[in-house]
Amino acid sequence: MNTSLSWIKAYVPDLDCSAQEYTDAMTLSGTKVEGYTEFDKNLDKIIVGKINKIEKHPDADKLIICQVQVDEEGKEIQIVTGAPNVKEGDKVPVVLEGGRVASSHKDGDSENGFKIKKGKLRGVESFGMMCSIDELGSSTDMYPDAAKDGIYILSDNPEYAEAPVGSDAVELLGLHDVAFEYEITSNRVDCFGVLGIAREAAATFGKKFVPPVITETGNEEDVNDYISVEVQDSALCKRYTARVVKNIKLAPSPEWMQRRLASVGIRPINNLVDITNYVMEEYSQPMHAYDLDTIEDRKIVVRRAADGEKFTTLDGQERELDSTMLMICDGRKAVGLAGIMGGENSMITDDVKTMLFEAATFDGTNIRLSGKKLGMRTDAQAKFEKGLDPNTAMEAMNRACQLIEELGAGEVVGGAVDYYPVKKEPISIAYDADKINALLGTDISEDDMVGYFETIDLEVDREKKIVIVPTWRQDLERLADLTEEVARFYGYDKIPMTLPESSATMGGLSEKLILESEVRGVVESYGFCEGMTYSFESPKVYDKLNLADDDMLRRSIVISNPLGEDYSVMRTSALGGMLTSLATNYNRRNKDVRLYELANVYLPKKLPLTELPDERVQMTLGMYGQGDFYDMKGVLEEIFSKLALTGKREYSPLAGKNFLHPGRQADVVYEGKPVAYLGEVHPAVLKNFGIGERAYLAVVDLAELIAMPKEGVKYAGIPKFPAITRDISLMMKKEILAGQIEAAIEKKGGALVESYELFDIYEGSQILDGFKSLAYKIVFRANDRTLTDDEVNGVMDKIIAELDKLGASLRK
Amino acid sequence: MKDKLAKIMEQAIAQIDASGELDKLNDIRVAFLGKKGELTSVLKSMKDVALEDRPKVGQMVNEARSRIEQRLEEKKSSFEQKLLEEKLKGETIDVTLPGRRQAAGHRHPNTITLEDVENIFVGMGYQVVEGPEVEYDYYNFEALNIPANHPAKDEQDTFYITKDILLRSQTSSVQVHEMEKGKLPIRMIAPGRVFRSDEVDATHSPTFHQIEGLVIDKNITFADLKGTLQEFAIRLFGEGTKVKFRPHHFQFTEPSAEMDVSCFKCGGKGCRFCKGSGWVEILGCGMVHPHVLEMSGIDPEQYTGFAFGVGLERIALFKYEIDDMRLLYENDTRFLKQF
Repeated sequence: MNTSLSWIKAYVPDLDCSAQEYTDAMTLSGTKVEGYTEFDKNLDKIIVGKINKIEKHPDADKLIICQVQVDEEGKEIQIVTGAPNVKEGDKVPVVLEGGRVASSHKDGDSENGFKIKKGKLRGVESFGMMCSIDELGSSTDMYPDAAKDGIYILSDNPEYAEAPVGSDAVELLGLHDVAFEYEITSNRVDCFGVLGIAREAAATFGKKFVPPVITETGNEEDVNDYISVEVQDSALCKRYTARVVKNIKLAPSPEWMQRRLASVGIRPINNLVDITNYVMEEYSQPMHAYDLDTIEDRKIVVRRAADGEKFTTLDGQERELDSTMLMICDGRKAVGLAGIMGGENSMITDDVKTMLFEAATFDGTNIRLSGKKLGMRTDAQAKFEKGLDPNTAMEAMNRACQLIEELGAGEVVGGAVDYYPVKKEPISIAYDADKINALLGTDISEDDMVGYFETIDLEVDREKKIVIVPTWRQDLERLADLTEEVARFYGYDKIPMTLPESSATMGGLSEKLILESEVRGVVESYGFCEGMTYSFESPKVYDKLNLADDDMLRRSIVISNPLGEDYSVMRTSALGGMLTSLATNYNRRNKDVRLYELANVYLPKKLPLTELPDERVQMTLGMYGQGDFYDMKGVLEEIFSKLALTGKREYSPLAGKNFLHPGRQADVVYEGKPVAYLGEVHPAVLKNFGIGERAYLAVVDLAELIAMPKEGVKYAGIPKFPAITRDISLMMKKEILAGQIEAAIEKKGGALVESYELFDIYEGSQILDGFKSLAYKIVFRANDRTLTDDEVNGVMDKIIAELDKLGASLRK
Repeated sequence: MKDKLAKIMEQAIAQIDASGELDKLNDIRVAFLGKKGELTSVLKSMKDVALEDRPKVGQMVNEARSRIEQRLEEKKSSFEQKLLEEKLKGETIDVTLPGRRQAAGHRHPNTITLEDVENIFVGMGYQVVEGPEVEYDYYNFEALNIPANHPAKDEQDTFYITKDILLRSQTSSVQVHEMEKGKLPIRMIAPGRVFRSDEVDATHSPTFHQIEGLVIDKNITFADLKGTLQEFAIRLFGEGTKVKFRPHHFQFTEPSAEMDVSCFKCGGKGCRFCKGSGWVEILGCGMVHPHVLEMSGIDPEQYTGFAFGVGLERIALFKYEIDDMRLLYENDTRFLKQF
């Protein structure tokens, strides 16, 4: 929403403030000004000049030398110009030496404009410049009477012809003005019109609000002799008003109206169009004009379209409609798409003689949905969508007819058709000064509150302690709303700042969040940086991950209105994001990259969704560069240790993940439950993502780990008795896993084995092909006595026997 | 005898003083104090001394021995000191060479910012809670006073899964879950991901994070809202931060406000960063709408409350002066390692 300062001042004549003061005060009272443009920011020393004499330039065919009168006493200056459209006697805008213009013929617009200095053109002195409308910072769109290529000949416009020579041309052209841009919230439907904002401005600055006085209009005839209206759907059309204008005389509208429209960025067209736009801006009430001679049977029918009905709107586009959409029809055919756009078949042309004017109140939601379906977004539609006050329709209609008479645009036929079955009445809200103060934490007197209500035209009954709310303030429904009105005009900045002095509450994080933070700490200590990726995925990522057709990860939730295929499903794992991030780093030649993401995945319980999915938090780790499978495994080990998960943990090599190297992947099974997996990325997947070196992934189902019972840490005592250490070197087939060896050591070593450590792995020329050697250091200790060699030898024998059974023999 | 001893001692001390290295000292020790040393030989010749003189001579010998030993010790420690000094001098390193760092990972700027915010509110007695990201329409809209077909619903460009299930467009949905639990008073913040159908550019992302705050208790006022959020702003952005509250509209609060903070880059003088205004818009807030309380089974005559919603990325971008939101989701380690 935009307004100019001059338009606001038309209804708040006593308003006297700078653009910045206006911006600040309006924003603080609730009408947020997002910014403003001062039209005269770069205009300086520009007056109305009169060309008294034109001579040819002696040395240039395209230049002329003008003697331009610059004051009423007859002072002349010499200006050399190349403009083709000037003649002696013309009045033109002249920027004097030392003045400034907004734009230059050569260089276009500039932030600070262009300073005009005296100069010589082909040897002839020039002391200023005659201006085109572009040089004044506007355009022929907004000043249709200005020349397209050349100087703005003011005297060609009858309204400017008599302007005194030497007077301020910027003033004459209405450019000492400011356009404000507002952010209007959806609840303040009234502020989508200039009048609504002017009312707020008056209240904000404590000045009088003077809305237009609408006078009786119309001749002796009766509109009902011209037209009848039948509304078939009163839910979608709450009110329909119509009047008729005959003997139409199309002409440009007066400058004051053109200037106001231009100041808010609306292009002046002709008196009829301009009046319609002007009233829409004033009242936020769209209107539509039909050529009455195209309306058959002199009848308007408001009905829903038929499914599949086709209709050509006035932009020449054929649209296919459905039965949710509301149409304006005559006795035989459709003539308009209600609230959105009129029809080509009934539009006003230059030959129009008699016109039907419509101001209606259509259902906002319906208009919005229809517009959406049709892919249309017109100004009228944007207004209707807010949900307009039906009581404004007739006011706007009469205002428009008043302007038609005032501007001599036609003869208004007497009377109006008004279909308005259920009149909207003002509501009353009880106010309670104590409650208002209690909610705000203030001590504002009832008198002051009543004063605030009255400044915004709310009627107050002090006896009954009620506020009567006009229908255009649809946002006021209950005491809380009145409280906001009090707060706005008392001043948000004057309300004190306190801290709640109520009950004590315990602050803190949930156990889940605390554990998440601990896990972050672990992976960060291993050099992993936290990344974040979108929760959406492309379904193509499943193929890039080489997932089998029936892989559970493919079961993802589909977004019905995605931003595009790349963001169309909810991720079932963060692998796609992780591999993409690794690839990004790889392509940018970052070395030794380690990333983690702690994020939710979305696992549907049933598809399509009938209930909310399982949102599980997972820790996804990815790395390339330094480090291998075992580094990744070490991080997982540390996570278990940090979370005090001391139960039985196994690494199963048969994880079955297609996206991982078949011989370098493992499921982590904790207490019989798979809770994580890790592995080297499959070369094919690396290729799909464009990663040119080995990379490793790990995924920890943190949700599962968080839910698991954890042993609290208990002090175990520092050993008092000495340990006995034995080293063994074992030979075995490659297929035998270290995990099997260790299981045997644990099984047979029993309580006496305090710890063991794999300290050497060897495969190579010293041993048989297909065999490997593992060397372990085993530490024995009892906590109640000093162990003897004999005792330890006995246990070692059992361990060795068990290892033998496995196929691992002592290396001799 | 006495003279002889004095001479031996003199010789010994002279030799000690003249010795140039540690090894020599030992030779001297052997020469004078060893089994065949000169002093020892004096002792051995005791048998030639008159009986009554023996204690006296013995004492003299001992004194001489202890003086030689003392001198030896002094000389030895002076040698050692010198050696140590030489050794240390040889070990001098270039302290300006780079230090070795553990390559620890870095937390995402969003997370660091969130933890800062959490710490502030936890200190004021707020619980940090979470809610579902895939959410029922009811919690995201209807229970927040945004009924079906309300224009406010359109403004948020929500992603839908089914007619009733959507990706939450605001963390305000967690307010409703918390109120429905029926445990009062409430002081909570709810951080989390939200989703809106915005094309990706320097200032928009279809996924971003919000932190919702909610306080419900008896006698909670708009002044409390202002005071709490001022405290928050000062703790997050530093002493001297000013706040400004402007009227605004949200369906689920009334009265509603937006809070600006004085630009932390220019201190409020106006710069490119705050577009010359000296202020930066930071959050939306308001008193919980009585209808919202009613819908969640809380009596608005007895309880009042306030709510606020902060955009996490907005704060992180401002705080770290990051000029493109896309950097937050690209995960280039050259970016991540800066935090």
